[in-house]
Amino acid sequence: MVAQQIVNGLMLGAIYMLVAVAFTLAIGVLNFLNFSLPGLFMAGGMLAFGLMKAGWPFLLAAAGALAAAAFISLLVERFAYRPMQGGDPEVPLVSSLGFLVLLENLMLVQFGSDQQAFPALLPDLNLRLGGLVIGYAQLASLLLSLGLVAVLSFVLAKTAAGRRIRTVAESRETALLMGIDIARLVPQLFVASAALAALAGILFAVNYQQVSPFMGEGVGFKGVAAMIVGGMGSIWGAVLGGLLIGLAEVVSISFIGADVVNITVYGLLLLILIVRPQGLMGRAPSREKL
Amino acid sequence: MSGYLTGVLVVLAFNVMAAYAVYLPLAAGQLNLGIAGFMAIGAYGSAFLTNEYMWPMWAAIPAGALAAGLTGFLIGLPVLRTHGIYFAMATFALGQVISAVFLNLEVVGGAAGYPVTDYAGPNVVFAAAAGVVLLMLYISRTRFALELTAVKSDATVADLLGVPVRGMKVAAFALGAMVAGFGGALYAHHYNFVEAQHFNVLLSVFTVLYVLFGGTQTVWGPLVGAAFFTLVPELLRASDQWRYALFAVFIIVFMAIRPQGLVTAALFRLFRRRAPEASS
Repeated sequence: MVAQQIVNGLMLGAIYMLVAVAFTLAIGVLNFLNFSLPGLFMAGGMLAFGLMKAGWPFLLAAAGALAAAAFISLLVERFAYRPMQGGDPEVPLVSSLGFLVLLENLMLVQFGSDQQAFPALLPDLNLRLGGLVIGYAQLASLLLSLGLVAVLSFVLAKTAAGRRIRTVAESRETALLMGIDIARLVPQLFVASAALAALAGILFAVNYQQVSPFMGEGVGFKGVAAMIVGGMGSIWGAVLGGLLIGLAEVVSISFIGADVVNITVYGLLLLILIVRPQGLMGRAPSREKL
Repeated sequence: MSGYLTGVLVVLAFNVMAAYAVYLPLAAGQLNLGIAGFMAIGAYGSAFLTNEYMWPMWAAIPAGALAAGLTGFLIGLPVLRTHGIYFAMATFALGQVISAVFLNLEVVGGAAGYPVTDYAGPNVVFAAAAGVVLLMLYISRTRFALELTAVKSDATVADLLGVPVRGMKVAAFALGAMVAGFGGALYAHHYNFVEAQHFNVLLSVFTVLYVLFGGTQTVWGPLVGAAFFTLVPELLRASDQWRYALFAVFIIVFMAIRPQGLVTAALFRLFRRRAPEASS
């Protein structure tokens, strides 16, 4: 029973992990709390659903949803992020929220506000290990998420592109002086984080077989929590945070009740912020003024 | 006044109070993403006093506001150790925890909600909102507001000049929480029903949206922002299901053109310069 809950928690955590990594890319490098990411998460799931309803095969529909999310994210970069440079750090938050509202309402107009059933791709295929039941779809998405994160972390650590990104994260001015083409790098980052969020949305739809125009809010905010618990700007921190939040959620639902989820999840977040603001795996922030 | 218009104006009054609750800490550079939690404290606190202890409304509502302010003060002390985005996320988590606690408190009805017996009419709500606006206008002319701006602009310099930076931040945060609790307490007594689900993260986030949209440079920004966000979706009602989509597009375009918000200090200077010219 306990082991089964832990497995379920890790599976849910894999989704939060991808969303948290998407947030951490935007925050760690661009210092931008991108509230359109929950919208892109939802768009990933909803568009995959819509395209499959139109008769597309799953992989094509998923690819279409990812491409659409990447395109929307470029719009977010163009209209929410780029014009705000040099202003108050809170301001891009408003426009990215505007995108969240816009995406939700476009989907609402298109598909209605009800929860829709996402077709089961791997009907009832479960792996039985001892007493544990693990869905193949869930196992596949956990492995896919971990694999993606490993690739991402390798790219950031070892490749030239990764070094460029880390330079921009360290100091924008220095990166400019070193001849890094920031105007090109930033849209690429937006596409990458959008793809991660949208993929998480598709995996969520496949695993839990439901989509709705508002599915992004709850998951998106827990992704933010996961990112902070792990440590902002740290990829493996986001992984740890995602899994922890997933575990905390599932375990508190099954042992105490569904209503206390927000107390445990966000209580954990608050506690971490007060005791260890840089998160579990984050470096201590270079001391801000005061 | 028609019932519909009164209804819209009451919503406006609540939004204005919430907007100023966000504006106060923001004037000191603190983004509070958990304002709904403090509204919930005010709402549930005052409703509990009128329902269970038969307190009169005029005593229970300020008591609810004080409870929210006190919570803000006590929680502000540890939370204000964090800065910038970390602070915003801490308040975000705080708001979630507070409303989840009320959701699980059976003495106030839990998830089923909490009916409130005493009723505060629309005029009381209007008067309260006007009072909050006047109070903010007064504060904006005091040294306190000046010191908040100093803390926001450059905390190090403010510290060197002898402004108690931490004290200012805690004061702004607690005062904001108190205004939020005041609004929440009135909300409970106007609608005669409180449910924890109403005080969710989107309420907090949208209130921040009003303030940033209106502009944080002057004390008028939150008022204009709240009015805009309340009234324009009503005007767009004709386009029915597209209205929020249209509205969102408008927000995005507007913020791209005018990132500092609708009402700015420069705008005021412009008017002040024009006025003498016109008279001469």
